[in-house]
Amino acid sequence: MPPVPTDATTSTLANSPAASLATSQGSRLAQRLQDLGPLLGLILLCIAGWVLNPDFATAANVLNVLTRTAFIGIIAVGMTFVIIAGGIDLSVGSMAALIAGAMILLMNAIGTAIESAYLVVTLGIVFALLLGALFGLAHGLLITKGRIEPFIVTLGTLGIFRAYLTYFANGGAITLDNAVSDVYSPVYYGSLLGLPIPIWVFLLTALIGGLVLNRTRYGRYVQAIGSNEQVARYAAVEVDRIKMLTYVVLGICVGIATVLYVPRLGSASPTTGLLWELEAIASVIVGGTALKGGEGRISGTVIGAILLSVISNILNLTSIISVYLNAAVQGIVIIIVAFLQRSRR
Amino acid sequence: MKSIIRKLTLTAAALTTFAAVGMAPATAAEKVVLGVAIPAATHGFTGGIVFWANQAKKDLEKANPDLKVIVKTAANAAEQANQLQDLMAVSKINALVVFPFESAALTKPVAEVHNKGVYVTVVDRGLTDTSAQDAYVSGDNTAFGKIPAEYLAKAMGGKGNLVALRGIATTLDNERWEAFTGVMKNHPDIKILDAKYANWNRDDAFKVMQDYLTRFKQIDAVWAADDDMAVGVLKAIDQSKRTDIKIVFGGAGAKGMIKTLMDGKDPRIVANVSYSPKFMYDSIKLTAEARLKGEKLPATYIIPSELITRENASKFYFPDSPF
Repeated sequence: MPPVPTDATTSTLANSPAASLATSQGSRLAQRLQDLGPLLGLILLCIAGWVLNPDFATAANVLNVLTRTAFIGIIAVGMTFVIIAGGIDLSVGSMAALIAGAMILLMNAIGTAIESAYLVVTLGIVFALLLGALFGLAHGLLITKGRIEPFIVTLGTLGIFRAYLTYFANGGAITLDNAVSDVYSPVYYGSLLGLPIPIWVFLLTALIGGLVLNRTRYGRYVQAIGSNEQVARYAAVEVDRIKMLTYVVLGICVGIATVLYVPRLGSASPTTGLLWELEAIASVIVGGTALKGGEGRISGTVIGAILLSVISNILNLTSIISVYLNAAVQGIVIIIVAFLQRSRR
Repeated sequence: MKSIIRKLTLTAAALTTFAAVGMAPATAAEKVVLGVAIPAATHGFTGGIVFWANQAKKDLEKANPDLKVIVKTAANAAEQANQLQDLMAVSKINALVVFPFESAALTKPVAEVHNKGVYVTVVDRGLTDTSAQDAYVSGDNTAFGKIPAEYLAKAMGGKGNLVALRGIATTLDNERWEAFTGVMKNHPDIKILDAKYANWNRDDAFKVMQDYLTRFKQIDAVWAADDDMAVGVLKAIDQSKRTDIKIVFGGAGAKGMIKTLMDGKDPRIVANVSYSPKFMYDSIKLTAEARLKGEKLPATYIIPSELITRENASKFYFPDSPF
């Protein structure tokens, strides 16, 4: 493995205007401030929440918010890779729903044959992760080998995944059998050292994601492809393989999120994961990753995801604004934060 | 599972209206082509609508060789409007049962079908111009709000703290909410702490309830207003380990909740209110049978919402339905 990259090597490889600009000393400070934009937004929002309702700052509420952020947050970490490499995945919500449904059906089916509920849950989890990776691989193949726009591929699978879930569920809900459900529920409701399990998984995923993106050759290739695919190709980067892998990474992240999601309600229905794709993409972009690809930060994505769930949490904790306007408030906050971290164009 | 043909238990009112007709010998041998346009299965309730529509097709086509039923499901209002045109032009329907995706947007397309001489029965969501319909069959949204309010007021002894969840901002949700608050006005000691939208969605209801629990230290009862939302509410309460909530009142009679009620598995689930998607089956059956005899339906037919308690729950339990 080559040594830790400097900005200089990245920019030679990428040769993008954005990357070379970032190296000039003048804009460095401005860049730092912009990096802090989402964090600043989050802090301001938290202060507002605390003023509006002091219960906002209680440990229980903070843990609630972080736990429910975990699904979108984990997916958003994978989405960061896809978007930095210049792609997009619109199907993640439907994919999560289908994986959840398929996983429940599998666990119910083998639950009658296998004695140990722990083994059933383990098999279910492995199945969910594999299925996620497989869906991601299918996306990657269609996009790189099939040369179809990622927007179209994943728009197609968005419909396909959800339709199959609805079909399996007969339009209703797929519900996990009780015996398995009891063994499985600590995965969402349990805690380790005072922190709920989903928060641990979220942190771990973000940490690994950040390391891979910034400290490995693979991560640098992802950024290079997003900056300028042609140049990356000339630099002998295996563009297709790297891109394909970003979708597999995202698929596995969706699998992880689903593994945490299923024990919460023990069911999957046609409304499961609805609009998660937009929330995940918004987390990534609010967190400072460019939608056109090339640059981005996992830490920003994590903050973006937390920010989005804090908004709706505050709205639920207060009644100063008409419930009819909730979506408007969310929209305004998202735009303000995006303004705070707007990149130099 | 779908192949099991269930004995239909028509509501009492429907029986008195149509039993005599049903027994009379068929005179009009004209073939009835009945189009059914309904929303796609995107929620437990619409899943039930689709299930019951297909069930009606199966039962009725078997019983009446002169009848053809065509079921179309649409994901949005525009698609439904297109389907209505196709049903007219391609399938040459002479009767239509439509569950409009949206009242206002579908009024004109339905009127067009009606103007061409097709007999139109509108289900659940009324058109803005009622002259475009021959008959209107609907669930009772006022009772859907009123019955839980009356039950909760009584169970709470006329006082205490209550939180409510709302569905999606629609006229249907407003009707239910107005009926609910209308009753609660007579019980000034019951405080409605807040009512937020949770989109008839389990996950959203979970989040909203978690936040209610953070915000309010004493909650006596929850009007979840939908059985899907009640699932999320119960999980959120379980997680918080709070014991102050005595009653969670759902609605619509989803099979899981009815089962819980029947078995007495959860002390917080003590009653429900019916709003069964089975009215889709009844509407198709009533329309088809009336048209086969050349009869008309009453202009408006409200299928009553009933209070479901442990005693009568088995009457509302349909284990084969997806809802």
